[in-house]
Amino acid sequence: MAAARIDDLTRRSGEWLRGSGPEADIVISSRVRLARNLADYPFISRATATDRTQIEEALRERILSIVAASDLLYVNIEELEGVDRQFLVERHLISREHAESEGTRAVAIDPREKFSLMVNEEDHLRIQVMQSGLALKSVWEQIDRIDDLIEEKVTYAFHEQLGYLTACPTNVGTGMRVSVMLHLPALVITRQIEKVFRSLQKINLAVRGLYGEGSQAMGDFYQISNQITLGRSEQKLIEEIGDTVPVIIDYERKARDFLISESRENLHDQVSRAYGILRTARTISSEETMHLLSSVRMGVNMGLIPDLEIPDINQLFIHTQPAHLQKISGSELDATDRNIERAQYLRRHLNKGNGANGAEKN
Amino acid sequence: MKCQKCDKPATFHITELTGGKPQELHLCEDHAREYLSSSSDEPSSKSSMAAVLAQQMVVGQTAEELARLDQQACPICGMTFYEFRSQGRLGCPHDYACFLQQLEPLILNIHGESEHVGKAPRRCSGGTEKRIQLIRLRREMKEAIEAEDYERASELRDEIRRTETQET
Repeated sequence: MAAARIDDLTRRSGEWLRGSGPEADIVISSRVRLARNLADYPFISRATATDRTQIEEALRERILSIVAASDLLYVNIEELEGVDRQFLVERHLISREHAESEGTRAVAIDPREKFSLMVNEEDHLRIQVMQSGLALKSVWEQIDRIDDLIEEKVTYAFHEQLGYLTACPTNVGTGMRVSVMLHLPALVITRQIEKVFRSLQKINLAVRGLYGEGSQAMGDFYQISNQITLGRSEQKLIEEIGDTVPVIIDYERKARDFLISESRENLHDQVSRAYGILRTARTISSEETMHLLSSVRMGVNMGLIPDLEIPDINQLFIHTQPAHLQKISGSELDATDRNIERAQYLRRHLNKGNGANGAEKN
Repeated sequence: MKCQKCDKPATFHITELTGGKPQELHLCEDHAREYLSSSSDEPSSKSSMAAVLAQQMVVGQTAEELARLDQQACPICGMTFYEFRSQGRLGCPHDYACFLQQLEPLILNIHGESEHVGKAPRRCSGGTEKRIQLIRLRREMKEAIEAEDYERASELRDEIRRTETQET
């Protein structure tokens, strides 16, 4: 039953893919996550199977009493097939750890994918709210409210001096992770991205690649988040990132302007070739797709590709991921088949306006 | 005493406890810094949290002191400090109170601060203390059942019910 409702999600575009919101040409999404634990159970690493079941029941009851069951998708991760778990990871609705770990655990998902609540991940409860574009204040207000609503009937583990108690001391205090996902292709091309990293690290902000490990970013997407969670209020942490992101946006815009003024022909050529390959390839890997889509996305922002919109591109980034492809095609695919399926999906979606491409079939 | 890597005097005495047998290192400031920073990671994954901890703990302590610290166990969940050092994850909320002395420098190292500023639960911040007892009670009940001491298990279950329904 849950699997069927996840299929519903496939057909829709979640919140952060909308490509709207402030600074949406560069800022993909803003996200805040809060880590909370119930005071009367051990942390997850020490929780017995019975504990986990009781924690899940208590939190499920609380969550469903706040949001009507019809407005929420509550899923038992253990009951899901691998491809559905992976799908939720690709949508940023659960973490990879949540998909791959063991034991009783669940997630409550908003059908519009603005928020999700993970139960029994690294902490008993991890609340997450996301919004398209740069919108940290709005995201904070929403998550603050959800947190208060849950806390009305449960007792969180909280310490006078150390704040909200978490399984790992790296999250103690506010238990809050603030992240903004940015698309920075021009900074990569002009080789300034390393400089940006270093200056962010100096102010205790972490930079991670989307779907990548460490600083290797696929598709030129970078996620900036706070590392410190204790000793600064939630407002302060949001402010710190909120003040830093516009500076990076400015750098990226200036780098894009530079590219347009200094090498417009080369840029246009790069973007056009990327668009060309995506529209005609018969087999294409995930890595190459991300790489080319990044150029195309930049091209769309710069007005070099008039017949595509940002929400379409955002959707392509997600729908060409492995689990999405399999759910869309309705069958299990190995890597080789996925590459063919991916190419077919891209051809279908990028050639809509042009009708049939010569002798090409779908 | 001379540094084990050069001729300068050893000012850092480090006890390594990875692998069970304590190993004592005596290094000058430069080699100590080099040694300690050679395996520093982002403290965001389990093993690197444990690594940060290991480094944090071993500077300036003897093997006996560390062994004593390691054996300390939380009265609520039973987790020992050694277990925490190995996995980088705490066992229950009470661990923060129980191991506060050891955790504070670690927390200061990670966050640059050791006092929470910001949001607190609306209803009752002191509620944690009472609820934590439930962790111990449930653990004891499980142990009583395992030991087939059903009378004690039954007593504990009643006590748990009483505490659970007590609103904070």
